[in-house]
Formats: sequence, C-alpha cells, structure tokens
Amino acid sequence: MDIAFDRRADDTLVVHLGGNWNIANGLAATDELEKLLATKPLPAKVAFEAGKLGDWDSSLLAFLSKLAACCSSKSIEVVSRGLPTGVARLLELASAVPENKDARKERRRAPLLSRVGEAVLEAGQAIEEMLVFLGEACISFCKLIRGKARFRGSDLALLLQECGVQALPIVSLISLLVGLILAFVGAVQLRLFGAQIYVADLVGIAMAREMGAMMTAIVMAGRTGAAFAAQLGTMQVNEEIDALKTMGISPMDFLVLPRMLALVLMLPLLCLYANLMGIVGGGIVGVAMLDISPIHYFNETVAALRIMQFVPGLIKAVVFGILVALSGCLRGMQCKRSASAVGESATSAVVTAIVAIIVSDAILTVIFDRIGI
Amino acid sequence: MDCFDKKQTCIEVRDLTMAYGDFMIQHDLNFTVNRGDIFIIMGGSGCGKSTLLRNMVGLQPPARGKVLYGGASFWESGPEEKKTIMRRFGVLYQSGALWSSMTLAENVALPLSEYTRLSQAEIAELVSLKLALVGLAGFEEFYPSEISGGMCKRAGIARAMALDPDILFFDEPSAGLDPISARRLDELIIELRDSLGTTVIVVTHELASIFAIGNNSVFLDAETRTMIGVGAPGELLKESRDPKIRRFLTRGEK
Repeated sequence: MDIAFDRRADDTLVVHLGGNWNIANGLAATDELEKLLATKPLPAKVAFEAGKLGDWDSSLLAFLSKLAACCSSKSIEVVSRGLPTGVARLLELASAVPENKDARKERRRAPLLSRVGEAVLEAGQAIEEMLVFLGEACISFCKLIRGKARFRGSDLALLLQECGVQALPIVSLISLLVGLILAFVGAVQLRLFGAQIYVADLVGIAMAREMGAMMTAIVMAGRTGAAFAAQLGTMQVNEEIDALKTMGISPMDFLVLPRMLALVLMLPLLCLYANLMGIVGGGIVGVAMLDISPIHYFNETVAALRIMQFVPGLIKAVVFGILVALSGCLRGMQCKRSASAVGESATSAVVTAIVAIIVSDAILTVIFDRIGI
Repeated sequence: MDCFDKKQTCIEVRDLTMAYGDFMIQHDLNFTVNRGDIFIIMGGSGCGKSTLLRNMVGLQPPARGKVLYGGASFWESGPEEKKTIMRRFGVLYQSGALWSSMTLAENVALPLSEYTRLSQAEIAELVSLKLALVGLAGFEEFYPSEISGGMCKRAGIARAMALDPDILFFDEPSAGLDPISARRLDELIIELRDSLGTTVIVVTHELASIFAIGNNSVFLDAETRTMIGVGAPGELLKESRDPKIRRFLTRGEK
C-alpha cells in the first residue's frame, strides 16, 4: 500500500500507486492527499501511475472513490488512464447510477412533546385494533354457531392435541409442585394450632378455586399463546394470510377460530387435571410430613370440596382460555413482515396474555365473592 | 489458499452423488470450473441444481464424491480449513436472504466487521462503495422490507461481494425480475468478472442469461439423474445431439 505524489509542471498531480492493497491491512488515509489538493494553486488534473501496483481489492477502490469525490467537489479533472482497466471500470460502475438523494433518510430525533404525542396516538390505535379484532372474533363465533364458519376439522383436531394432550407433562409438574408448596406453607401455620388436617381443605379449595386455573393458564400462555403468535406471524411474513384473504377465506374463521375453540375446550379440562395433581401434591406433604393417613386426607378433601367449589375455577379457565387464544392470535395477525417482528409478536402475546389473566382473575374473584359462589 | 491466485483450475467436482436419505437426486457429476469462468448450472425444475449449489458452498454434505477447491477437498477438510475456503466465497441466495432486522448498510457491514479489523468509519466507506457498485448509492439506511425485489437481489450481491471473494455463487439471480433488471444484473455479473477476475457460478434456467453470460456450463437431467452435457452454452446449442438439451435450449421447439 504505497502512495507517492509528484506535481508536474503542467499543473498535473500524479499519484503513484504501488504495492499490495488488501482490506485486511485497513484503508489508506486520504488526509495528506486532500491537503495537497487544497493547496493553491490548485492542480488542474489528477493522473495516476500504477506500474508497481501488485494485488488490489476494495481498499484501493475505496481510496480512489474518496479521492474522486474530493476532486469533483473542487472541479479537478481525474484522468483514470493510468489505472489498471479493472479498477477504472469499477470506478465508472460505482458512479454510473447517481446517488438517490431523496432516499437518504434523516435520522433526526423528534422533540419530546411530539414523541409523547405519537406514543399516545399509537396507544389509541392499538386499542382500536384490539377492539376491531375482538369484534371480528365475535362475528366469526356467531358464524360458527350458525354453522357458516369454514375451517378444517383436521386443523382443529391437531390443535386440540397440541394444546391438550401435549401440555399434560408440563401441567402435571407445575401443579404438583404448586400443591406441594401450598401444603408446606399451610402446614407450618396450621401445626401451631394442631390443625394439620386442614391442610387438605386449604390445598383442595385453593387449587379448585384459584391456583389450578391460574397456573394452567399461565403455562398455556407461555406455551401455546406464544406458539399461536409465532405461527400466525410467520404466515403473515410468507404472505400465506394474504393468500387466504384473496381466496375469500376469512383468516378469522380459518385460523383464529379453531385456535380459540381448541384452547377454550382444553383449558377447563387441563384445569381439572391440574386440580387433581395439586391435591396429590398436597397429599404427599400431608402423608410424608404431617403423618396424616392417606385415607384420612382423602376423606377430608372430599368433605371440603363440594361440587360448587369447582365452578369458579372452571369459569375462570374458560375466560383465561379465550384471553390466551385472543392475545396469541391478535399479536400474530398484527405481525409485520420480518424475522424480528415474529419474535416481538410472540413476546408481546405472552405479556398481553399474562396481564389479561391476572387482571381478569382479580375482577372475577370479586364478582364471585359478591354473588356468593 | 494459493490456488486461488494462479491461473488454473478453480473448482473441480469429482464423482459427486447427492441424495436426501435414500432418495438419490444426481449421481456421478464430474466437471471443472476454471478461474474467471462464468459457469452455468442448468436443467429443468427439480433436477437438483440448487442442491448441487448447496453441496458446493458447504451447506449440505454430498452422499459421495468430492468438491475440490484448488486441489483441496472441501468436505474432507477440517473445520478451520473449511472456514478459510468458505471465506473466499460469496453466495447470493434466491430471494436475496438479507437479514430483515438490519438496514442494507448493516447487512453489508456484518461480514466486514466479522472478518476484518477495520474501523467503523472505514467499514462505512466500503459499504457505500459496494452499494454504489450495485447501483444502490444512498439506500444505506433502508430496511429490506422497504425496497423492491430486484433491489434486494442487488443488495444481496453487495453483501456477497463484501469481502472481495474469489468465487461468487448465484442461485437463480434473475428469477422474479423484469427483463430489463434481469439484463442489468447479467451485465453486472459480467462486469464483476471482467474487472475483478471473480469466478462466477450461476444456477439458472433463464435462457437469455445462459447465452448472454455463460462461457461454460453443465446440464443436469432429472430423468437419468446425472449430467448429460457440459460445455459452452452456445456450442451445446450448435453441436449437442441430445434431444433433451436441444429442447431445453430452444424452449421446446423441435
């Protein structure tokens, strides 16, 4: 990477290029040359002498194109005759298509107030989109009841399997452990009064009314809600959803409805199963730590759990199922056309679902308390 | 890899057999790509052109046979040697395969910042140069989703050229482009070969491109599952007696 200059009498600045030019060695600095080009009297022409030039690559091109830009700003002529033909042609190619000036984007930061304003407008738009989606989902559901919604039965069966049977292992583990934890916490307090046997009541009622539905819903939000968002998002990226629309098939009916049905049907069942596993978990603590006989524990649980105790849990499970499916599908359908957008929509599906679960749980608990179930 | 600098055989494919599991796609392929060639891999849809490309660029190991880069067998090399060989490639994928979460500038800059020790300013300078070479000056800050398919392809070429590769692979470069853009792309490929001396391997079934740019080619046949012709496309058209090649090169005319 050798550069030398000499100024000829006829106002020509000759640049001698030599050696090997490789990007691995960095780019050549143009400072010195720019200084030379700025010293008066300005040279009329810049020519090149490349007899000793060895191998070259983009680093030479980068140097020359910078030089050419500098010369053109001072209206100095560049004579590329002395350059190897390949270099001259590439330089020509690089300047063949003029720079698209309109395309240059300004990266100016907007002032604080306008950013706040935009955020508020965006939030308003997000709420509107959510309401529109809800409305469309309701219409699809009505179509289903009237027998007019079109989706494939095999899709529904596959979805039922995905968010039913295949969720059993993780739901078993989580609810067994939740039962164990509840029993532990309860046992420590109840033992003070010699009322260990009420651990069975505590675990049974807590699981049936609250924890079973909530833990299952949270597991399903992370597992299935995220999967829905990623599936629909990828379909959006691949224009599969556009293909459905142009064929006159509503993506709401064809994609969203079976997913909602699957979760709404499966979540209450999973919730009942979670209740059972939680009670088993409590029983393990009762038998192993508190020396209650298994039969005694069983009888106490049965006595505590009237059938009405299951109703709040099941209603919640249905509501949570709708919320998880809705947020997963909503975020999936809102997905933009890029790989990172799919990731964002999966993340935001889980966040939306969990927030919705907790908020609706609080509201439902108050309502159930008021109406006395 | 001194083999890349001399005027000699650049890539040799020897007895290459490709298969997915038990399903054989092509068998016993033998051909040679010389330095500075624009080599066309052609054949009907589904005959294994793209699979051959995947075998050559190291994405999928062949069932049998060798791919030699200047005498070194790619699939028998160790991981470090493979990496050195792969650094000398640039690949343009069918749809551009630009990383959608990065701007065009970032797309082209990534290989540069991975493999060289240039400063950010120097990288930015090279990125602008590469984008200018493919006619995309000024589009540095655009995301792939904001530009057209043809521009995505050209940006893909800028990325493939980022490290000044000795060999450029193109998978269906003109697919999905209008005739004028396709022609410009062909001219760009020839220009790159002529001025940089890059060896170019193109998978395509666009007849116009095949005759315009190719100086050597191999014809893969889907029925017999092997190559049935090799040579310059123009000569194949003139001299080949094989009815399949004739039909292909004349668009099905008798």
